[in-house]
Amino acid sequence: MTTSLINLAYLVASALFILGLKGLAHPRTAVRGNLLGATGMLIAVVVTLLSQEIIGFGGIILGMLLGSTVGAVLAYRIAMTAMPQLVALLNGFGGLASVLVAGAALVEESGTIELQMSIATAASGLIGAVTFWGSLVAFGKLQEVISGNPVLLPGRHALNAALLAATLALAAGVAMHPEQPAFYWGLVLLASVLGVLAVIPIGGADMPVVISLLNSYSGLAACATGFVLNNTMLIIAGSLVGASGLILTRIMCDAMNRSLANVLFGGLGASPTAAGGGKGDDLYAGRIKKADPEEIAMLLDIAQRVIIVPGYGLAVSQAQHSVRDLAELLESRGIHVDFAIHPVAGRMPGHMNVLLAEADIPYEKLLTMEEVNPLFEQADVAIVIGANDVVNPAARTDPNSPIAGMPILDVDKARTVVVVKRSLSPGFAGIPNPLFAADNTLMYFADGKKALVDLIAALKG
Amino acid sequence: MDSESLVAALTIFVLALFVGFEVITKVPPTLHTPLMSGSNAISGITLVGAILSSGKQYSTLTTVLGTLAVALATINVVGGFLVTHRILGMFRRKS
Repeated sequence: MTTSLINLAYLVASALFILGLKGLAHPRTAVRGNLLGATGMLIAVVVTLLSQEIIGFGGIILGMLLGSTVGAVLAYRIAMTAMPQLVALLNGFGGLASVLVAGAALVEESGTIELQMSIATAASGLIGAVTFWGSLVAFGKLQEVISGNPVLLPGRHALNAALLAATLALAAGVAMHPEQPAFYWGLVLLASVLGVLAVIPIGGADMPVVISLLNSYSGLAACATGFVLNNTMLIIAGSLVGASGLILTRIMCDAMNRSLANVLFGGLGASPTAAGGGKGDDLYAGRIKKADPEEIAMLLDIAQRVIIVPGYGLAVSQAQHSVRDLAELLESRGIHVDFAIHPVAGRMPGHMNVLLAEADIPYEKLLTMEEVNPLFEQADVAIVIGANDVVNPAARTDPNSPIAGMPILDVDKARTVVVVKRSLSPGFAGIPNPLFAADNTLMYFADGKKALVDLIAALKG
Repeated sequence: MDSESLVAALTIFVLALFVGFEVITKVPPTLHTPLMSGSNAISGITLVGAILSSGKQYSTLTTVLGTLAVALATINVVGGFLVTHRILGMFRRKS
C-alpha cells in the first residue's frame, strides 16, 4: 500500500475513534460506539501490517497472539469490583509500550535524528515510564498487594524535586545527544522511580483521581510516540484519551473539593488525628439511636419516597443484589425508589453505576448528586449503605473540617435517615460524622448484605 | 521531522484536544467507567508503532523491543475493548 493510502486509512480510523467516544454519550448508543472504536483500531492495525516497511511477521504474530490471549482472559475474568485495578494495569501496559516503541525508534534513527523528534522521544520515555510504574503501584494498592495507606517518606518533597530535576536533565541529554541511547534508558530508569514515588504517598480514597490522571498520561504517552513516528493517527487518538483523562481527573477533584496538587502531594488520611479527627466519642455519646430491621420495616411501610445511597462498603459486602431486591420489593408496594450516586462513591469514575448495573438495577434509577440533592427534602426515608464521608454534613456546616466544602449528598434533609454500617468507625477522611448523631437518624449496625436480607425478611413478615 | 511537519503535527494535536474535550464532556457520569476502559483501549494505538518497530527488522534489539511492545499494546487494546463491551452489556440488558 502506498503511504497516501495508508494515511487515508489512518484518517478513517481516527474518525471512528471520535465517533466511538461520541457514542458513549448515551447507554443506548454506547455499545455501537465501542464497536466503532474497535473497528477503527482493526483498520489501523491491518493497514499497518500491509505497509511495505514490514518485512518480518514472526515477532508481530507472536506478540499479538500473546497479547490477545492475556487481554481477553483479563477482560472476561475480572470482577466488576476489580475494574479499577484492571484499568490501572491496562494504562500501565500502554505506557510501557510507548517507552519501548520510542526507544526502538531512537536506536533505528540514531545519527540522523532531529531535535523535534528527540524531544518527543524523551517525552514518550518520561511519560510512559511514569505511567507504567505509577499504574503498577496503583494496581498494587487497589488489589491490596501493598498497603492502601499513604506511604510518606521523610523529605519526600525534596527527594521528588531532586529526582524530577535529574529526570529533566537526562531528558535534555536525550534531546541533545540522541545518538547516545544510555541517556534514554537512564531517563526511563529515573522516570520509573519517579512514577513509584509519585503514587506511593497517595491514599486509597484518592485512587479515582490517580487512575483518571494515569489514564490521561497513557494517552499523552501515545501522543508523544505519535510525534516521534510523525504519525497523525497516534497524535489524534492520544490527545482524545489525554483529554478524557483530564476531564475525569477534574470531575473527581471537584467531587472531593480538592485541588489536584493537594491530592498528589497531600497524603490525606495519613494522620487520622489531624484537625477535626479523633473517634468522635463526644459527638456520639448518648445521641446514637439504634434500630432493628422490624422498626425500619415499619418506617418503610408508610413511606412514599425512598432514596438509597450506596457507598463502596456496599460493594465490599457484595450486597448489590440484595439492594436490588429491596428496591424491587419497595417498588412493588408503590413506593418510589431512587439511588443517589456520589461521583466518588466507587474506586474509579462511574464505578458504583457499573456495580449496580451488574445487579440489574436500571440506569434511569441512578441519579447524580446534582439531580438527587433537591429530592432529599421530599424523601420519607434515605437509606445509607456503606457510605460515610460523602454524606457527612460537616462538609457543609463546619468550616474547620478537613472535608469542608466538599460536595455531599444531603441525606440529612430526608425525614428519616437509616444508616447501615457495621460500627461508628470513620471513613477514609478519618473524621467523625455528625449525621450518625442527628435527631432524624437511625443507626442499623450490621454487615451491609446481612442487614438488607434481614430488612427484606422483616418487610415480608 | 522538519519544522513544517512539526507545526502540522502540533496543529493536529491541539485540534484533537479540543475535539476530545467537546466529545467527552457529553458523556454522562453513569458511563464514566466504560469511558475510561474504552479510551484506554484507544490509547493502545501505540500498537501501530510497535508493529512497525517489530516488523522492520532493523536490528535484533529493535525487533525485541518492538515485539514486547506489540504484546503489551495488544493486551491494552484487546483487554480494553472487550471489557468495555462487557460493562456496556450490563447497561443494555434492562428497559
